[in-house]
Amino acid sequence: MKKLLTLSIALASTGIMMAQNGKSIPSIKVKTLEGKTIDISQIKNNGKPIVISFWATWCKPCKAELNTIAEEYEDWQDETGVQLIAVSIDDARSTGRVEPYVNSQGWDYTVLLDPNGDLKRAMNVNNVPHTFLVDGSTGKIVWNHNNYSPGDEEELLEQIEKIAK
Amino acid sequence: MYSQESNDLDLGNISGNTQVIAQYYNEDTLINAALPDHIMGLNSFTNINYSRGNFRAGFRYETYLNPLEGYPSGFSGTGIGYRYVNWKNENINITVGNFFEQFGSGTILRAYEEPNLGLNNALDGIKIKYEPYKGINLTGLIGKQRVAFDDGFQNGNGIVRGFDGDIDFNTLFDSTFADSKFRISIGGSFVSKYNNDNNTADFILPKNVGAYGGRIAMRYGKVRFSGEYILKENDPYPNPTDERFNYIYNNGEGILLNLGYSTKGLGIDLSAKHNDNMLWRSTNVSVAPTSLLIGFLPTMSKQHTYNLASTMYPYAVNFLGEVAFQADIIYKIPKKTAIGGKYGTSININFATAYSPNRTYLNDMDSSRKAYTTTPFNASDSAFVKDFNVEIKRKFSKKFKAALTYFNFVFDDRAILVAQHHELIYADIFVAEATYKINKHHSVRIEAQHLRTDQDRGNWAYGLIEYSISPHYFFAVMDQYNYGNSIEVERLHYPLATAGYLKGPHRFSIQYGKQRAGVFCVGGVCRAVPASNGVTFTLTTSF
Repeated sequence: MKKLLTLSIALASTGIMMAQNGKSIPSIKVKTLEGKTIDISQIKNNGKPIVISFWATWCKPCKAELNTIAEEYEDWQDETGVQLIAVSIDDARSTGRVEPYVNSQGWDYTVLLDPNGDLKRAMNVNNVPHTFLVDGSTGKIVWNHNNYSPGDEEELLEQIEKIAK
Repeated sequence: MYSQESNDLDLGNISGNTQVIAQYYNEDTLINAALPDHIMGLNSFTNINYSRGNFRAGFRYETYLNPLEGYPSGFSGTGIGYRYVNWKNENINITVGNFFEQFGSGTILRAYEEPNLGLNNALDGIKIKYEPYKGINLTGLIGKQRVAFDDGFQNGNGIVRGFDGDIDFNTLFDSTFADSKFRISIGGSFVSKYNNDNNTADFILPKNVGAYGGRIAMRYGKVRFSGEYILKENDPYPNPTDERFNYIYNNGEGILLNLGYSTKGLGIDLSAKHNDNMLWRSTNVSVAPTSLLIGFLPTMSKQHTYNLASTMYPYAVNFLGEVAFQADIIYKIPKKTAIGGKYGTSININFATAYSPNRTYLNDMDSSRKAYTTTPFNASDSAFVKDFNVEIKRKFSKKFKAALTYFNFVFDDRAILVAQHHELIYADIFVAEATYKINKHHSVRIEAQHLRTDQDRGNWAYGLIEYSISPHYFFAVMDQYNYGNSIEVERLHYPLATAGYLKGPHRFSIQYGKQRAGVFCVGGVCRAVPASNGVTFTLTTSF
């Protein structure tokens, strides 16, 4: 334990990345709604911004956030080329409800399933909603935010616009 | 790989997250909130992950000094709760140490965690994932299961061994079927356990028990179907409360079917489940309900989010067996129509039931101990739960949206045992919710809820006002009032105030007030929480 601590301090002092921002998307396998297994780190969006938003069908603020963005998503895409990836952490109790919900609300997002929390753990997500913004040109996380209150989407858009230039 | 390409010296990444929950308790005899000797409780964990290229390793430090009131027993002290090393390349992925995993829906094997419920059955051993050809995924694993924590995690004695294979035909034959409207994948699993725990001299218990099964997922355009069948060999457990299920030598059977249709504006999901004798643990002695579970049996009903609907009468799965059905329909009335309004109106209708299976008892407890026979989806008349709910949501303007929800529950607490009075409970709940966005950053949300029942503790009223200032602050006050309690002195208020600060991945909140005894659920799993009165600090962050 002590050794590990010394090691991590030593690493920290030699310029190791110590914040979620600045890191790459981990290479973790998730499923698409069609049942295909993909590695999320392979999503590049042609160098344009990528938003990764963790949500669940039982999470009200998550749905409020994604429904609010859905209304403006076309404008966001035209303006910045952003791609939003909505990662559902629903387990076997509710995975069947993900696709009907997504389609009924008319979301045009890329929806991925993480039923046992592999990606959630790899991205150190404590609770949902948790939203990450990735600069598609470098593949690095540039901003992240936990929780959702009405108005948070405007800060997200400002951050997207910053890297879309 | 574009990680760290600008650095000459690649030292890798360290990342992680932390959660700290501390509670300071007051005594409150009125609501039955006890003051523990240690006055305060604190649960925390920190994950630290190191990664460089294809290599990944990490550990988690956990602290329970003392564990929060209502947290399951078996947690104490401070130490390492989890550690692993992982290496992978394009085809192979090897983990040694602790790991989580799920085969299919999880009925046959699911190692997972819900830290807020004190649930963690991580395996400790080795797991190898191999993709020999695109579309074919194989997993093999062996390990012991985490059962408790005392200055470090503790494993049970039983050994779990598993193999799973999955073929996605559209990926396998992608030159022909990559963009086909018809998609199909199949999978199969075999899991066995070994344990030598036998605390009875009366029966010879099998030391090795196997379970196996298969699954299929198909879709054609907008229609999707999935099915899974699992058979578990005889695996007798003690049942101290019901002799009919005590050390029975029946096989177990689990069937899960799901049919979905969805198109823009409409989603339909139908599910059916048959579970019989599917309690599946890596021990054959009596342990806490959620300890050493190898498989995960999902509840069919919807996980509700409104307080009274989610915590008063939540349904938890019956391990002995149940036949359950669910229908979920979501329809969005198009926007810019007379009924849909400018922004559209969304309607969600959900109906879920679970019944005890229809069993024919064989009265053969002296020789084979095959206790009964039953056939798949043969439900008896006795419903554990019926849950019907309708939600209508409408956005009236850019600033104002509202939702109305009605719930109707029939809840047999003689079987489920979460209410204060174990009886057949009929309850109706109405919820009205409105959100008003005052300006770019300020918004206010109110919730009014009412529960009506003639059983248990009678009627409840609930109110909540939440004020948030995006993106950094929120404040909320709520009260629950058991005004319909037949015992006058128990017509109590449970006021609770919360304030929170958020910045990026950091979240800090402080809560003061009374919490009623209730059932707290995450995903599909619940735990009972005792009444408390005091202050709670919560901090979550990731780095």
